[in-house]
Amino acid sequence: MNTMAEAIDKTTGAMSASELAGGIHSRATVGDFTVADPRMSCRDVDVWYGSKQAIKGVSLDIAQNEVLSMIGPSGCGKSTFLRCLNRMNDTIDGCRVTGSIRLDGQDIYDRSLDPVPLRARVGMVFQKPNPFPKSIYENVAYGPRIHGLTNNRTELDALVESSLRKAGLWEEVKDRLDQPGTGLSGGQQQRLCIARTIAVSPEVILMDEPCSALDPIATAIVEELIDELRANYSIAIVTHSMQQAARVSQRTAYFHLGDLIEVGETNDIFTNPRHKLTEDYITGRFG
Amino acid sequence: MNAWTLTLFLLAVMAAAYHLGRKRAISGAGGIDRIKTLHSLPLYHGLYAALWAGIPALLLLGLWSGFQDQIITALVTASLPPESLDGLSEGRVGLLINDIRNLATGNIVSSTLTPGIQAAADQYGRLQQISSWTKWLLVLTVALGGMGLALSHTEPGMRARNRVERIVKIIMIVFSSIAILTTLGILLSVLFESLRFFHAISPLEFFLGTSWSPQIALRADQVGASGEFGAVPLFTGTLLVSAIAMLVAVPIGLMAAIYLSEYASRGVRAFAKPVIEVLAGIPTVVYGFFAALTVAPLIRELGTSVGLEVASESALAAGLVMGVMIIPFVSSLSDDVINAVPQSMRDGSYALGATQSETIRRVIVPAALPGIVGGILLAVSRAIGETMIVVMAAGLAANLTANPLDSVTTVTVQIVTLLTGDQEFDSAKTLAAFALGLTLFMATLTLNVVALTIVRKYREQYD
Amino acid sequence: MTDPSVNPDTSTPRRAIDVVNASLKRRYAKERRFRLLGATAVGLGLVFVLLLFADIVGKGYTAFQQTYYRLPVTLSADLVDPEGTRDPRTLARADYMTPIRQSLRQLFPEVKDRRERRQLNSIVSVGAPQLIAEAVIANPDLIGTTSDFWILADDDIDMLVKGYIDRNAPESDRRVDDRVIGWIDRLEDEGRVAKRFNTIFFTHGTSREPELAGIAGALMGSFYTLVLALALSFPIGVGAAIYLEEFAPRNRWTDLIEVNINNLAAVPSIVFGLLGLAVFIGFFGVPRSTPLVAALVLTLMTLPTIIISSRAALKSVPPSIREAALGVGASPLQTQFHHVLPLAMPGMLTGTILGMAQALGETAPLLMIGMIAFIVDVPGGFTDPATVLPVQIFLWADSPERGFVERTSAAIMVLLAFLFLMNLAAVLLRRRFERRW
Repeated sequence: MNTMAEAIDKTTGAMSASELAGGIHSRATVGDFTVADPRMSCRDVDVWYGSKQAIKGVSLDIAQNEVLSMIGPSGCGKSTFLRCLNRMNDTIDGCRVTGSIRLDGQDIYDRSLDPVPLRARVGMVFQKPNPFPKSIYENVAYGPRIHGLTNNRTELDALVESSLRKAGLWEEVKDRLDQPGTGLSGGQQQRLCIARTIAVSPEVILMDEPCSALDPIATAIVEELIDELRANYSIAIVTHSMQQAARVSQRTAYFHLGDLIEVGETNDIFTNPRHKLTEDYITGRFG
Repeated sequence: MNAWTLTLFLLAVMAAAYHLGRKRAISGAGGIDRIKTLHSLPLYHGLYAALWAGIPALLLLGLWSGFQDQIITALVTASLPPESLDGLSEGRVGLLINDIRNLATGNIVSSTLTPGIQAAADQYGRLQQISSWTKWLLVLTVALGGMGLALSHTEPGMRARNRVERIVKIIMIVFSSIAILTTLGILLSVLFESLRFFHAISPLEFFLGTSWSPQIALRADQVGASGEFGAVPLFTGTLLVSAIAMLVAVPIGLMAAIYLSEYASRGVRAFAKPVIEVLAGIPTVVYGFFAALTVAPLIRELGTSVGLEVASESALAAGLVMGVMIIPFVSSLSDDVINAVPQSMRDGSYALGATQSETIRRVIVPAALPGIVGGILLAVSRAIGETMIVVMAAGLAANLTANPLDSVTTVTVQIVTLLTGDQEFDSAKTLAAFALGLTLFMATLTLNVVALTIVRKYREQYD
Repeated sequence: MTDPSVNPDTSTPRRAIDVVNASLKRRYAKERRFRLLGATAVGLGLVFVLLLFADIVGKGYTAFQQTYYRLPVTLSADLVDPEGTRDPRTLARADYMTPIRQSLRQLFPEVKDRRERRQLNSIVSVGAPQLIAEAVIANPDLIGTTSDFWILADDDIDMLVKGYIDRNAPESDRRVDDRVIGWIDRLEDEGRVAKRFNTIFFTHGTSREPELAGIAGALMGSFYTLVLALALSFPIGVGAAIYLEEFAPRNRWTDLIEVNINNLAAVPSIVFGLLGLAVFIGFFGVPRSTPLVAALVLTLMTLPTIIISSRAALKSVPPSIREAALGVGASPLQTQFHHVLPLAMPGMLTGTILGMAQALGETAPLLMIGMIAFIVDVPGGFTDPATVLPVQIFLWADSPERGFVERTSAAIMVLLAFLFLMNLAAVLLRRRFERRW
């Protein structure tokens, strides 16, 4: 696989996206989509919405303690792909996923696998901050409570505090934990949602354009937070902003019309894109 | 049928006015080929004339029909020999007038005839005759006058369209104001009669008294001549029946809404939702029949079989059936508010690994709570205002009890009972019905305003 | 908060997922219970609908048939038409009860006792002669002949034949005693008893006798009331909706109107009855018990429904239509009447039909304005005393005779059938003209 992918040089990269979609699927991906010790690994993933194919044969690995960013123009399927990773697509009528997605070697689309504990292991942060209409404390405590992670109030208090601390929100809200989470500013709400996700001790965190609804200052804080979280979690982030991808991620994957066009070290992708489409996107010719 | 014939005549005049106005406009322009010189199309000239012919005349006709009876009655009463009114209460005068009216129209009369009454009846008939002729004459004159006025205005430069549009707009404003007039009418009609009632019975007794037996003796020497108007048993009865209804409707309605909007497949939802909503379209008299003839005997039988004493008209039967009636009300309102909870809330919860029921109980229902509460308040308002079920199934005994197997009576039952028997319009008994009506109106109004405000605020939150 | 050294996160992520997995069974049990609860609620709702309809239909379907006796009746000329004029007025007033009784006497010659004879006579409805009169007026040649007539049975016998009277109950508990049962059995054996389609139910006004009671009067009353209510509420409702939705400035007055309309939609219907009694009857002297006053009250009641749905219909017409019309120089009112209104009309009509359905089923306010009076005649106009179908149901439901139970249920079936048709019309209208912009 590896060699095949590398064999495709810049000339084949000039193929149009539709030709790429023609059938060779993942083999068309430029760059090495595998990693040494993957946390999650996806092979030949197709996603269909009814009769419309949204993802076409994508193969991609996510490593331990890395931030993988997914970029690409609107409608390229990067959010759809992200939602496959913890089976959030299950909630959408008529959505069908084929191929294999493995978490620590176990196929998450296996019939016997239960999405509930899966989602406890693979958390997700959404584009628009979506705190529950509850107090800040209850927002963070919600996950531990439903999963029964703590045995008593003291433990729960400690878990809420540590989660809020890790999300960098503790100092700002420690005096008003009983106030509604919806009363916070946009950036604070998003960090609250991150704290909420951390509180159930996931192994992988998926982030779907987490900063698109935030102002630049709040964005900077969240980006810093993502960088810190890398120490303990694997993170996959979908972003619209190439600068953000460059700032926070170690590896970058470029999607186009449902195809994974190119994947590689973030530095390489931005300084030396090997595929024409990647280059066009990065240099701002479309997107 | 007099008024209907006249209305037909008026319509004919309007049609003629339309035709004449059109023709005049065309000829004013100098023929059908030159109508471009008109400011407005001939159609509008016609409409202008028709409106002028119709509206003032219709207004006059309405006013005349509305007030002729009052004026004639006043005239007849004034002409009665004063000694025949001496010492009569207001109510007795009303009866007397009624007799006169019946006599004039050739119906049976309750009291014995005196020449005075006979004369008054004759005069009544005469006045009615005069009034009727005058009405015809005046209305048709006004119609023709209006038409003439409009036609005399008609000339090519007249802005007929603008004028017609202004009239139509004013008519629409009047139509929209009918809502306010209705509220005002309700308020004034119940308020005035209630005030008269509270002159006779102190509000303290009405709102705090615990004994209700509104029988007022016709003659002063009868026992229990005063009647008792302590409405507390009515209020508790209403609350008891409503509470039973809500105990049935809220859990079933809410759970059904949750199941249909969160769990049910599209097919089940498409079938079950309209079928349950059929319950909302069934007339209340049908529920009343069902409660009185099927549910009440059933409960009574069940009760006796386990050794309980059940009144044949128990609060339970009425409450249960009322609850069934309110189920679709609660479920469709809850369905609306649950669907208004944004998908992002569900996503957030599922992404944390919550199961569907956890998401519903801990996120969706709390998020939708204000809307659900608003819906339940509206349902309560409907329950306490519901009439037919309780009239047919709850009974008349004003018991102060919390036992659902007992017979209770409600505010609405008493309003119906007090107003459907044969009685004078002005007796304390009749007036009591209006006092109850006022209480009912204020209670439901408050509930509605609070509920609608809550629901509106809730909707704005997620819009 | 607590000792910061207690940091559960020092444990490995594995531990968390083990906890999660351990609790899963319990959580799924809860999930199933909750789901079951929801399904039960839906099921209960459906069962209630089924029960209600089954109960009504089960009680009422027998009312569409009525028991008759086929008896040979001799219409002697000197009893029916002594002067031989065959004047319909004479024929209508003639005594037909005597020939019926004579016929019964011939069939049961053994009945001699006066009390027994009276009992025998009572198996025939008091309305039976009237049916013969109608037949004779239609065909005067029957006079002087003997022919078989279908003679209407008394309601007690009707109940007996339909099986509502338990023959095994002690005689004193029954409305029909053993002797009468014997006679009826004999008539049945001779093939003289038959259940025939109950035309009286559809052609007659109400009556104190169940076998003579029909819904024609109530139906006509409902018809006149609805026609008038429609004629009043539709133009007013649509006019108000257009003004409020399209022209009204946003100010206190229009806010007040809005609040009022929403509240009126939720005011108990009986309060409208009080309004009708105090204002229309008490103040304006509108004659009580008439379709006119009923229509006025129902108009006020249904206006909020019509206004609210008409406004929704207007809202669904896209602004581009209005802009296009205004752009070619139509006045705002022309825009409304030529372009917006035709597009919004299906929605408005749907709302109006639903409002009329509500008005058709309404009972409580009409009790207040005298529709409860006992009126036998079928009304012929807007100002004739009348009753309406739901009030008729209420009155019959209150009657003690067993025969009225099935007739009440049957009247309910007729009412529900009309409501069903109206709702069907509304649904079809919506389907047919629904437009997605």
